[in-house]
Amino acid sequence: MIVQIGRTTVAAVQAVGRFGHFVSDMARALPDVATWGGLTVVQMRRVGVDSLPVALFIAAFTGVVLALQASYTFTGTVPLYFVGTLVGKTMMLELGPVLAGLALAGRVGASMAAELGTMKVTEQVDALETLAYDPQSFLVVPRVLAGTVMFPVIVALAILTGILTGWLASLVLLDLSTQEFVKGLKLFYRFKDTWFGLFKSASFGFTITLVGCIVGLGTRGGAEGVGKSTMRAVVYSAVLLLVLDAFWALVLLR
Amino acid sequence: MIQFADLHKAFDGKTVLAGVTLDVQDGETMVIIGYSGTGKSVALKHVVGLLQPDAGDVIVDGRAVSTLDRAGLYGLRREIGFVFQFAALFDSLSVADNVALGLRRRGLSEDEIAERVQGALALVDLTGAEVRMPAELSGGMRKRVGIARAIALRPRYLLYDEPTTGLDPVTAAVIDQLMVRTREHLGVTGIVVTHDMRSAYTVGDRIAMLYEGRIRQVAPVAEVQQTGDPVVRQFIEGRPG
Repeated sequence: MIVQIGRTTVAAVQAVGRFGHFVSDMARALPDVATWGGLTVVQMRRVGVDSLPVALFIAAFTGVVLALQASYTFTGTVPLYFVGTLVGKTMMLELGPVLAGLALAGRVGASMAAELGTMKVTEQVDALETLAYDPQSFLVVPRVLAGTVMFPVIVALAILTGILTGWLASLVLLDLSTQEFVKGLKLFYRFKDTWFGLFKSASFGFTITLVGCIVGLGTRGGAEGVGKSTMRAVVYSAVLLLVLDAFWALVLLR
Repeated sequence: MIQFADLHKAFDGKTVLAGVTLDVQDGETMVIIGYSGTGKSVALKHVVGLLQPDAGDVIVDGRAVSTLDRAGLYGLRREIGFVFQFAALFDSLSVADNVALGLRRRGLSEDEIAERVQGALALVDLTGAEVRMPAELSGGMRKRVGIARAIALRPRYLLYDEPTTGLDPVTAAVIDQLMVRTREHLGVTGIVVTHDMRSAYTVGDRIAMLYEGRIRQVAPVAEVQQTGDPVVRQFIEGRPG
């Protein structure tokens, strides 16, 4: 038992050490703009444009469900225009960033871990090194920057989509007028609602892509190793995303 | 000149290299042979600093590889071409872009890069394959692209990791001829890691056998073919124990 606790503790400390080392390596690669500049644009397209459909799909249905559940909960005791308040606030502060983040943890984080893991086990990462490229500049910085920049863009569009479908559901299914929905939407709105969600999304993007890169480049073995890395990337990203979500709520919303 | 100086390496407590000492002279092709899993590729990766030794070092033209800082290591790597066992081509890049990647790092003009890419692909008989993707190539073609990528850099040293493994005998012979031709054209110093004895006899000037973490014998090809060492004899004749 004690031995097991000791081993687990050592492994945890080593993991934190590897994480710190990795992040410092990434920071060291930042001045090498000539290498990561063009590659970041490619990754921004992959992370951003390619991920948009899934994020918007989720947001669209979330907006509808939020409007219906709000109406169901209010049951005539709360004015119905509060549906707009609930849809707007919930999409901006929580469901927009978190649902899109979780979906992208699966899509972006897993794909990065699988891609880099495959590159690692097929010696493509070693080949980069022998060609005098720093894998951090060539592989990691473009992906992490793209995730950090593009996640807020995706989430902003997801929030807009969710509010839009919430409004449409209110019009068609709840007999709520546009004026009432917008009145509810504006009620209690603060600019902080917007930047909080987007800032949180940027931190999710940074975390998901960083975890994908760390896990991918740490891959050992063949196809089995790549499979394990892909699974790990999704699990670690999802857990860290929820922890970060609680952390930012604690730090910024109290 | 490349010197393996009492090189030691272990993974997870398992000793792989237990004091490898070997000198590779300028202009020669040294073939390192040995059983699978004896650390031939591990030794080779120390030359370009892909692995850090536990003790000892590899010394390239007076530079101890493990002591080089990042800039020094990248400077060294610019002088060395490395051909990987399974070519290690970048899946997302075309053949031409794979060959050009290292040249772009060196800051050459696009005209010069195009010229070098053409020249390297011509040397490996792959003219016309520029726009093809690695997934469209056979194993032998992938290895030839890997060689083209290495020689396009015009390196002083060329390191080959199992260049004929997994190829049919005819394609393996083509790769052997290619290595000989590359050496004649570029005059590079080479290290070839292999357990293919036909390849070793064709491309090597000297052969070193790695056995139980150390160099068991190093000698010119003709001498190794006549060796009286029972371990080396058994290996080169492919006799089961």
